[in-house]
Amino acid sequence: MPGLGPGDEVDGFRVEERLHAGGMGVIYAVSGGESGFPLLMKVPRLGAGEPAESVITFEVEAMVLASLKGSHVPRFVAAGDLAAQPYLVMERVEGRPLSDWAERSPLPVPEVAQRGAALALALHDLHLQEAIHLDVKPSNALVRPDGEVVLIDFGLAHHAHYPDLLAEEIRHPVGSAPYMSPEQVLGVRSDPRSDIFALGAVLYQLSTGKLPFGSPTSPAGLRKRLYRDPIPPRTLEPSVPPWLQEIILRCLEPDPERRYPSAAQVAFDLVHPDGVALTERSTRRRRNAGLRELLLWIRAAGFEPKAALKPSARLSGATIILAAIATTHANEGQAEALRETVKRLLATDDETRLACVTVIRNAPELGGSSEEETATSQRIQHMVLLRHWAEPLALRQGRVSFHAVESSDPAEALLEYARANGVDHIVIGGPPPDMPLKGILGTVSTKVAVEAPCTVTMVRPRAKA
Amino acid sequence: MKLALFADIHANLEALTACLAHAKGQGADHQAFLGDLVGYGADPVAVLRIVSARVEAGALAVRGNHDEAALEPGPETMNRAASKAIAWTRDALPEDLRAFLAGLPLVERLGTMLFVHASADRPEAWTYVYDAAEAARSVAASDASYVFCGHVHEPMLYYTAAGGRLLPFQPVPGVAIPVPSRKRWLAIPGSVGQPRGGDPAARYAIVDVARATLTFHRIPYDWRAAAEKVRAAGLPESLAQRLEGGK
Repeated sequence: MPGLGPGDEVDGFRVEERLHAGGMGVIYAVSGGESGFPLLMKVPRLGAGEPAESVITFEVEAMVLASLKGSHVPRFVAAGDLAAQPYLVMERVEGRPLSDWAERSPLPVPEVAQRGAALALALHDLHLQEAIHLDVKPSNALVRPDGEVVLIDFGLAHHAHYPDLLAEEIRHPVGSAPYMSPEQVLGVRSDPRSDIFALGAVLYQLSTGKLPFGSPTSPAGLRKRLYRDPIPPRTLEPSVPPWLQEIILRCLEPDPERRYPSAAQVAFDLVHPDGVALTERSTRRRRNAGLRELLLWIRAAGFEPKAALKPSARLSGATIILAAIATTHANEGQAEALRETVKRLLATDDETRLACVTVIRNAPELGGSSEEETATSQRIQHMVLLRHWAEPLALRQGRVSFHAVESSDPAEALLEYARANGVDHIVIGGPPPDMPLKGILGTVSTKVAVEAPCTVTMVRPRAKA
Repeated sequence: MKLALFADIHANLEALTACLAHAKGQGADHQAFLGDLVGYGADPVAVLRIVSARVEAGALAVRGNHDEAALEPGPETMNRAASKAIAWTRDALPEDLRAFLAGLPLVERLGTMLFVHASADRPEAWTYVYDAAEAARSVAASDASYVFCGHVHEPMLYYTAAGGRLLPFQPVPGVAIPVPSRKRWLAIPGSVGQPRGGDPAARYAIVDVARATLTFHRIPYDWRAAAEKVRAAGLPESLAQRLEGGK
């Protein structure tokens, strides 16, 4: 289907304008259908003289996109048959590619954290749907006006529910060289932590303005990242704080086992710098050299990819639990019951993290008349209460964090926190058993249970006999 | 058109009726039976009555090694429990059902689809399609885009990957997998009546011909009743236990 022009019709879709022509195909803005949102059409370059990859990546994208849901991917509308008239119609997402930011990098740290966390949450959503993107780079992440990231271009993606049409295509590794994980270089396409590596490369680029491994073009150049670590970001850009270097270098670990277990945990750390557990990575000044490099190289030479698991399988142990603690309404029995429940949930896996959250009312606009009423002292007081609540759980640093959120709508504040941090499980005190139904419907915990994007456990102290 | 694929029913009436009911609910009005209708289980007559009526109405069916052994004692390739069960089956079959089994072909063809019990490469040799190499031989034996077979009891889908080689894929139950006819596919729906893999649920698959998708299903059924019938018929205890454990 070469050269579609404005006014042409394809299966009921009307071509409006040509937006982009790339190596793999052409993208048009189209109208029609009954979707009610703006559309674009991707038409692959097929036929003699065109790369065979464009056929396969077209098939992969149509298959994967049609199965994905949610706000972090463009909505799938229609696909034309490859044999008859190949095209892919999807939502035309309003937003700018993250590459616009990458071009301006190095960015201020808060902006790196904000954009990075949004990208991480989008990846986490994808992994929960059993898919892995495998071509994460700034130009494949669109930033919506509200800051949310939408992932595009699923031509290299892997979905655990479908045969991998790109498997064994090992004549050359598939992906984008600057961002590709070491295991992808070796042909492994089933590890969601490959996306976390690419996320680390994007964070590195946004923080320093440089690519961690350059843009190698040869197989040997690509393999280098199996044993050669990047120059620590702080060495290139001294304004990068230790916590951000810790996050970036952990994402970029050559061994997937040493990276973050889930993208949601990367997002969490980017949003909560105080909670990042700092290791030797945070203070590293230069690349590992000499003997250590040799050791790493030997490990890389013996690198054996592990058996494939479902993308979501690794996530089950890497959950984030939100404990909603009402520090403004002290209730010892309730607090104790919440702690017991949280303790049981944490006991199942060492990677599970706990976020203790309380919602406090907004401080008066002009500041209180007495010291106790000022926002800062109120916040400190509630943080103390949260820490006091968590003390008996005896959790190591990095596993637990504390947050006093200001809002006049506690339920909405908790929900917003859960959405923004990829929380998997909310534990909250339930209304007392003798409360009339009408009252129950108006409680914070009921609203949270009804609207939460995840599992909610309502806890109630056992009634005394 | 939706076509339901039933393989290795093995005289398990409870499993077959559960799968047929599910397939009907999915709008699959056509059936293909991929052999081994009998053997192991306690209901060869009831199962063959159902299958022969469907074949009468236009369904496809091919012969399996157990179906063949139920007609004539063949070379001793079966284990002790299986040959005991097949001898019992031989005595239980009335003449008209023996004639039905005897009339089953080794291979059926419908457009781009080929139906066979074991490997399509010399089907009479009953070769198991246990790996990609055997799947490749089976696919190479014809020009069909789709080869559907049984004999192996665990569900599996083989497909031509980018490099042209056949690769195995373990299907997830209930997911409609796109299977465009440009590629070559070999699908094993899994056993209806003698499931393996540690899960006693019955397996079958549905091909949606118009949409070119293939969906593998996993159907819980009353395997306790089927196992009790095996015991009541005096068949080897191991065959009853196998239904209970799905091993």
